[in-house]
Amino acid sequence: MSGPDDGKRDEIRSYAIGYGLALVLTGAAFATVHWPSFISTTTLAIVLGLALVQMVVHFRFFLHISLQKSARDDLQLILFSTVIVILMVSGTLIILFNLRARMM
Amino acid sequence: MSAGEIKHTGLNLGSTDELTHEQAGSAVFGFWVFLMSDALLFALFFATYGVMLTATVGGPTPASEYKILPAFLETLALLTSSFTFGMASVAMKHGAPRRQLIGWLAVTLVLGAAFLGMELHDFATMFGDGAYPTRSGYLSSFFALVPLHGLHVFFGSIWIIVMMVQVMTFGLDARVKINILRLGLFWHFLDIVWIAIFSAVYLQGLIR
Repeated sequence: MSGPDDGKRDEIRSYAIGYGLALVLTGAAFATVHWPSFISTTTLAIVLGLALVQMVVHFRFFLHISLQKSARDDLQLILFSTVIVILMVSGTLIILFNLRARMM
Repeated sequence: MSAGEIKHTGLNLGSTDELTHEQAGSAVFGFWVFLMSDALLFALFFATYGVMLTATVGGPTPASEYKILPAFLETLALLTSSFTFGMASVAMKHGAPRRQLIGWLAVTLVLGAAFLGMELHDFATMFGDGAYPTRSGYLSSFFALVPLHGLHVFFGSIWIIVMMVQVMTFGLDARVKINILRLGLFWHFLDIVWIAIFSAVYLQGLIR
């Protein structure tokens, strides 16, 4: 067992790592848009990809979601919510864009 | 059942307060379920925004209304506030002097207020440009989505003030500790929603 102060130092380090990573990812996303060097579709893909990575970083370092067995309920709830979100959002977009294309 | 076990999302009290840690499991999980349903609400506003994006009716467009610098500063304020709230949770967990906990909460509150101030300034500028909610479908969906997040931050800020008062009047008993854990989840969750907003709304609209 490590002492209580070790735990505290580890936790502060974990928040600091998460903050650092989030800053880098945010900076990268804004830089890609501010100094465009790709065609717009590629830029959009990069921005959305960076957002996804940053969300994982926040879940891992700020909300302390881990793959540890005792924390599986929370992880499963997040994954379930993600599935629902993907279904509802992509379903809405696909159907309504299709509808618009047909009405044009 | 060991104290080192992770019982819920967010910072676990673990062996620093085993009794509260036992209670925190179900109390925090319930709040986490609420947050996930809140995430669904936001997701559908995002979907609406995506559908309405081209419905500008010859009025203001994303490219003409969004500015990259305010969006970046707002992101920095909210991201830093997430980190300072983390420091507040660590201070609470390890029984740091009370003024340290209050101090970190106060910094978080100031950053949250700065975020809200900048966001309101943005909205005021947009209104000045004639970009108000009833102008077009695009603007209606924008003003349904982004201010909804701002409203969450506003109530989160009020909650921070309430927690500062609770810490000062009740001290750090089990109830207050669990409330701070819940507030932590709420605050970090809002930062995650903001990632989606600055990427899918502001940056997406600014791509040339």
